[in-house]
Amino acid sequence: MSKILVIAEHDGVMLNPSTAKTVSCASKIDGAEIDVVVFASSAKEIAGQAAALQSVTRVLTVERQENEHAVAAVLAPQIVVLCEGYSHVFGPSTTFGRDLMPQVAALLGVNQISDIMSVLSSHSFKRPVYAGNAILTVEAPVDQIVVATVRTASYAASGTGNSAPVSTTNVDAELPTHTRFVDLQSGATDRPDLQTANKVVSGGRALGSSENFEIIYKLADKLGAGVGASRAAVDAGYVPNEMQVGQTGKIIAPDLYIAIGISGAIQHLTGIKDAGTIVAINKDEEAPIFEVADIGLAGDLFSIVPELTDAL
Amino acid sequence: MEKILVGLKRVVDYNVRVRVKSDGSGVETDGVKMSINPFDEIALEEALRMKERGDASEVIVVSIGATEAQQQLRTGLAMGADRAILIESSGELDPLRVARIFKALVDREDADLVLLGKQAIDDDNNQMGQMLAAIWGRPQATFASRIELNGNTARVTREVDAGLETNEIDLPGVITVDLRLNEPRYVKLPDIMKAKKKPMDVIPLAELDVEGGPAIRELTYEAPATRERGIMVDDVAGLVAALKDRGLI
Repeated sequence: MSKILVIAEHDGVMLNPSTAKTVSCASKIDGAEIDVVVFASSAKEIAGQAAALQSVTRVLTVERQENEHAVAAVLAPQIVVLCEGYSHVFGPSTTFGRDLMPQVAALLGVNQISDIMSVLSSHSFKRPVYAGNAILTVEAPVDQIVVATVRTASYAASGTGNSAPVSTTNVDAELPTHTRFVDLQSGATDRPDLQTANKVVSGGRALGSSENFEIIYKLADKLGAGVGASRAAVDAGYVPNEMQVGQTGKIIAPDLYIAIGISGAIQHLTGIKDAGTIVAINKDEEAPIFEVADIGLAGDLFSIVPELTDAL
Repeated sequence: MEKILVGLKRVVDYNVRVRVKSDGSGVETDGVKMSINPFDEIALEEALRMKERGDASEVIVVSIGATEAQQQLRTGLAMGADRAILIESSGELDPLRVARIFKALVDREDADLVLLGKQAIDDDNNQMGQMLAAIWGRPQATFASRIELNGNTARVTREVDAGLETNEIDLPGVITVDLRLNEPRYVKLPDIMKAKKKPMDVIPLAELDVEGGPAIRELTYEAPATRERGIMVDDVAGLVAALKDRGLI
């Protein structure tokens, strides 16, 4: 039987939705018993949110001052102690999990499986390589612990309504002080989170300036959508980096994705190919984005977008 | 700071449209253009700028793989690295083994900083730098978009999902870089000529005596499911109708 430890991602207050998606992936393994561990300085609220997730057997909390911010070099040695007796350790393939999980694997002396997009069996998985241009089936040795990250866009969040037991654990591990959190500059807004929003509106370089991006925000607000951008728009400085959608930014799977003034570079398409419906609005009828769009509209975005906003 | 080690991986050029082989054994690499992994090029550029500012005295580029990787190391030397090391190996190497090879080189060279791309664009693993930091027992700062050296510490701004996070790390350590850290320089012809005279050590992998981790077996490669081209609408009214049809608004 598989016993899976899922590392919770959170910001100190709220459980990140990536955790529910990682649990959902873990639950695809037959007969899996899934525990979630929360490392925090104060874990009670977050643990409560994790305990509500379907498929979770129990929630462990490790409360230490050093766990206030997620520092990989601090968390990894604690996970190594805690994962004794587990067959799998999973984390989300977000910047949190990608930073942390390879450290866990290396300390355990095993290789890691990155970006699980499909579970074939307890030790066999599919993952994207070459920016999603190829899908690779891999098999981990059965006599070793499996350390993996989960491509969150491939999984719906595990439902809530569960009330798994929560217990506090002490972990005896020596923690380094060589890495210190200084600050986090976050462009947090009231809009839905890009990675979990059901609807996303993205703008590209054709917007021309950060002032012009205003029309994207207006449309998004009318739809109740999150806002993203192409790499070109981020590199041009129209919007901050955390809004970037694509292989080197965020990989998302909303029900509705509206790409505005985005030509559709491969690396951008990699980030949206699991979206339900893709709408493209672009001046250039030959733009590659139309090759993958379910609904295309060729024309001037500066007249189309305000008109669309008014029509909704 | 004395020495910076920079990893340069030879990968299929980022402009190449990758195709899966019909027998599922891998992707087509015959006659395909190979280049330095783009993230690694950014790492090298940053190391060279550190040296030019007087923050480091030597930049060493390292590659692990087939003899052909010497081409990428020569490019690195032409960009301005002082010398190159190729750990020659014909077979596929797992990330943990690559990390252990880097650890052996860090010890041999007594390196102060290892600068790496955040991931290679072929296997997209995003593991090696973190693994190296873990087995070295030294700090890591991943996804760097800004690096400020202050003597024995570095302040690194990291591109994380929530925004820009700044960490301070003690040196020596490992920093993996993201796209927006810098724009790598172009190589000029005279530099290519000069690079031919720069030293390149070729060390057979067997000489290092580094074991790999338990292998993750690669079973098959397949092409991803493709999306079908949909419909074109003529105007906003058509778009709104199509969205309503699908129950999206």
